[in-house]
Amino acid sequence: MAAAKKKTAKAQAATSDASTTAAAKKAAATRPTKPPFDKILIANRGEIACRVIRSCKAMGIKSVAVYSEADADALHVREADEAVFIGPPPSAQSYLLVDRIVEACKKTGAQAVHPGYGFLSEKREFQAALAKAGIVFIGPDAHAIHAMGDKIESKILAKKAGVSTVPGHLEAIPNADEAVKIAKSIGYPVMIKASAGGGGKGMRLAWNDAEAKEGFVSATNEAKASFADDRVFIEKYVEEPRHIEIQVLADGHGNCVYLGERECSIQRRHQKVIEEAPSPFLDEKTRKAMGEQAVALSKAVNYKSAGTVEFIVDKNRKFYFLEMNTRLQVEHPVTELVTGLDLVELMIRVAAGEKLPFTQKDVELKGWAVEARVYAEDPFRGFLPSTGRLVRYLPPPARADVRVDTGVYEGGEISMFYDPMIAKLVTYGATRDQAADRMLEAIDEYYVRGLNHNMSFLAALVGHPRFRAGKLTTNFIAEEFKGGFTTAHLPPRDPAILVAIAATIDRITTARHGGPEAGAVVVVLNGEHHDASVSIEELFGSVEVTVDGRAMKVATRWSPGQPLFDAKIDGARVVAQVDAKGAGYTLFHAGGQADALVLSPRRAALLKLMPVKAAPDTSKFLLSPMPGLLVSLEVAEGQEVKAGEALAKVEAMKMENVLRATRDGTIAKLHAQPGESLRVDQKILEFA
Amino acid sequence: MLENLQVLEKKRAAARLGGGERRIEAQHAKGKLTARERLDVLLDEGSFEEFDMFVEHDSTDFGMADNRIPGDGVVTGHGKINGRPVMVFSQDFTVFGGALSAAHAGKICKVMDTAMKNGLPVIGLNDSGGARIQEGVDSLAGYADVFQRNVMASGVVPQISVVMGPCAGGAVYSPAMTDFIFMVKDSSYMFVTGPDVVKTVTHETVTQEELGGAITHTTKSGVADLAFENDIETLLQLRRFYDFLPLNNREKAPTRPTADDWARDDFSLDTLVPANPNKPYDIKELILKVCDEADFFELQADYAGNIVIGLGRMNGDTVGFVANQPMVLAGCLDIDSSKKAARFVRFCDAFNIPIVTFVDVPGFLPGTAQEFGGIIKHGAKLLYAYAEATVPKVTVITRKAYGGAYDVMASKHLRGDMNYAWPGAEIAVMGAKGAVEIIFRSDIGDQAKIAAREKEYREKFANPFVAANRGFIDDVIMPHGTRRRICKALELLKNKKLDNPWRKHGNIPL
Repeated sequence: MAAAKKKTAKAQAATSDASTTAAAKKAAATRPTKPPFDKILIANRGEIACRVIRSCKAMGIKSVAVYSEADADALHVREADEAVFIGPPPSAQSYLLVDRIVEACKKTGAQAVHPGYGFLSEKREFQAALAKAGIVFIGPDAHAIHAMGDKIESKILAKKAGVSTVPGHLEAIPNADEAVKIAKSIGYPVMIKASAGGGGKGMRLAWNDAEAKEGFVSATNEAKASFADDRVFIEKYVEEPRHIEIQVLADGHGNCVYLGERECSIQRRHQKVIEEAPSPFLDEKTRKAMGEQAVALSKAVNYKSAGTVEFIVDKNRKFYFLEMNTRLQVEHPVTELVTGLDLVELMIRVAAGEKLPFTQKDVELKGWAVEARVYAEDPFRGFLPSTGRLVRYLPPPARADVRVDTGVYEGGEISMFYDPMIAKLVTYGATRDQAADRMLEAIDEYYVRGLNHNMSFLAALVGHPRFRAGKLTTNFIAEEFKGGFTTAHLPPRDPAILVAIAATIDRITTARHGGPEAGAVVVVLNGEHHDASVSIEELFGSVEVTVDGRAMKVATRWSPGQPLFDAKIDGARVVAQVDAKGAGYTLFHAGGQADALVLSPRRAALLKLMPVKAAPDTSKFLLSPMPGLLVSLEVAEGQEVKAGEALAKVEAMKMENVLRATRDGTIAKLHAQPGESLRVDQKILEFA
Repeated sequence: MLENLQVLEKKRAAARLGGGERRIEAQHAKGKLTARERLDVLLDEGSFEEFDMFVEHDSTDFGMADNRIPGDGVVTGHGKINGRPVMVFSQDFTVFGGALSAAHAGKICKVMDTAMKNGLPVIGLNDSGGARIQEGVDSLAGYADVFQRNVMASGVVPQISVVMGPCAGGAVYSPAMTDFIFMVKDSSYMFVTGPDVVKTVTHETVTQEELGGAITHTTKSGVADLAFENDIETLLQLRRFYDFLPLNNREKAPTRPTADDWARDDFSLDTLVPANPNKPYDIKELILKVCDEADFFELQADYAGNIVIGLGRMNGDTVGFVANQPMVLAGCLDIDSSKKAARFVRFCDAFNIPIVTFVDVPGFLPGTAQEFGGIIKHGAKLLYAYAEATVPKVTVITRKAYGGAYDVMASKHLRGDMNYAWPGAEIAVMGAKGAVEIIFRSDIGDQAKIAAREKEYREKFANPFVAANRGFIDDVIMPHGTRRRICKALELLKNKKLDNPWRKHGNIPL
């Protein structure tokens, strides 16, 4: 726990060159000497709760965490000064209960509440309940939340405030037939969206009548389940769109500034994966125009606190208002890194009635920041969520250009009850390329075991030539990873590096139990044989490795059992993760993984005589792609199915996943029954 | 003179060729290496010293007089594994299908006699069609000579068998008597009678693989310890395994220097045991986080998964780990797990390897299958093995230690040297619910009363302090400090000396 605390303190120190902006200097100079509140309750969990606690600590404010049964040992509970238990694991019975939170405030004497994002952050009932109890809500007033919380009403308001909006039908739609009619009148493609929606839930894209019909039904159902509000509307779907949003900050005294933009175009099924600030696409003119419209809209609703105005930007830099999020965004750290500001601190100060300590002209954007969302999911299996214990969890050490916002620790758990985000990994650089390179290095250092995570995917994204070129659209992932993410999508890497690492590791490992002197070896890397030779230069402790005729100098302090191989290879830093695997190793580097076996030339020659065994044929079976509950079987024994037809529904992480037939066939046998808990790879049914 | 040298060279070359090019190719076609190639993989480069290369059989019946191949189907000698000596024999399937003749057996016996005289382990690579039928009873005598030596060597030098081809009939009893059996998937099998005989006698239709393949013996019968994909992987893993073992019963296993701090804390262990007592967790995580460098060589990983056994190191020295596995059958003891662990405990005891036991055991598995199968006697094997062992014994109770199973799992009462418990440990006759339903049988209808009694019982007994109060637990320790505490205990016990009373041998309930 002490170690975890130390890490947080360091993370806070992870500032950038941007701390020298005029706005940052003024914000620091005016920081109140007496804390604006004595005690703040954070009505949230996970990394964002920890993030808010960090600012509270810096300001000398006591913090109160709330937690459900599933979070009794969570990091935010450990970090806060006090913690209040609020109910069973499902958020509807804990984090979403307004009364419980108000009660917790009263019990602990918290004067203000920071809602984080999600949960109650945009529920005006919550704001109202707090106001009634005389507790300050660190966020906008109820009327702004209400006005912006409804997607339809917010568009009408935006239009009135002179903000450009997407063509569409902004009324709630009564039924599927009407939806099809409206979709046709707007012209395909269209987007069907839940009025109360957010975070990609209750959204469906339709390219034709059939999809519009189906999309209406599923969006309505999902909206009902997620937000208890089944109203949906339809609007034009902008092609080649970019998602660029403007961070605003207002004090409720009539002062409002925009803190530049964030580009969040890298999305998977409408969920942001990579965010950055600034956007590689905007010019000064567009930035200013977007910023000013965002401020105009904020002022129109008499906005107070931090907020985000989301736009869709087309290839001609024409931008349309999407929605306004009346809360702190997940991706706020990238703005903090390029502006040098602490947004949570400013939210707290504004909530206490302070005026903004700087004006628009003080705001500058310095350098570049990139954020990657590290999720507990398996990118190689359709991004299915993964839950469980973080058996090993070693985030990269926070430093000036690496920031890790996390709510977990080694031995902690990613619970099935909440969002499976492990952390936000944020890197900073003077240039976009620098920030991206640091991201790749930080991913190499990020050691997580016990559940699946998406770091290979993140490495593939940040290393992608099109990403590097800044040619982004919200379809980036769909276009570049057609048919799903596979190892073929990983950026090509120099196998010589991994060969050198494997040879060095083996040399260090065998040297100590008096094994034979290495000399010439063969490194079998993913089945391919590479000749190498190893010699140790006693004086400097570095290892000279020759791989396929090329000499390299490897300097490392690695010792057997350490998960990270951190080395200088010919002077450049290289980090790889090392797991023992049988008589060899598995190396993880640059998003990829490789099995390495280091052999004497004689053994390597004999290895070539060994038969290559085919993996067992599982194509006849439908296997559960994740641990979960079998909700229903859509087929019966003997039934014929067509490719794409639904076979079964599996629920995991509150998400219903429909498993579909990948080919035409006949169901021979059912191996599992509805209601059954499934393991990964458990047989659900068998094809003839 | 030079001519003599050339004659030797020629004879050697002929012997090295074994059954000839064609048979070597056939061996390779089956995905198998030859006897000599296997030794090249197993032993350090250039370390192999062969003997009895020119031994031939002296049989004359059934045309054997003209059919002689030097070496007679087995390559024998000694070599080194990571610098440490070992005696080896490797049956050559290219010569008479590796069939065992009197001369062939004689060579193996010489390997074993040399091993016994010099205190060296024996590794046998088995790939043999069986008895040399042409020799009749001479071949059977040869087997028995080997069996007798296996028994004499048992507990004196480590013996490891690698089954890398057929091993059927009487031949199986040599590996059966050694300490460990490794097998190769798809190319090795062991059975007393083959599929043809099975078909005739019991009318069962079964393939060789199903009857006695590597998967069968490592998952169903428990005869073999581990199965690997191919010859190379098997032999490389055997090299790894060998590094853990002492050369004989009078020596200590080698110490391997490590940079892994013996006092390393691991705070993630504080959350290893779930809050819900009915939720499983993986005990292997504890072993991997406690031992040096997360280097744990598990044995019988796919058999009787409710108990985990294997070798690791603590501060450089080899220890045997035995741990109940809550992930499988809640970690209970049953026939298979008792047998599996008992034999391992006895191996460790025979070869001066300290035993570290992690306990989370709800009791013995109930049911007719278990009782009819003789759980009483099989469970007693583990009890006997722990009670008899005189090597250092360090025990950590992580959660449940209920009933007789508590006694069995290296408890203080069975001469446990250091017995620790984590703060959440429950050491009791049974779980609170069961106990209350017996003690307060009359209250069973009354939910509230039962709940209150259960709470009372849990507070009284479902903790480690009652046992600690009596000295049955030496200390209640923090999970994160488990490695440090075990290392300290083992350091204290380094020169432990404890002798059992003289006797011819005990009478373990076999």
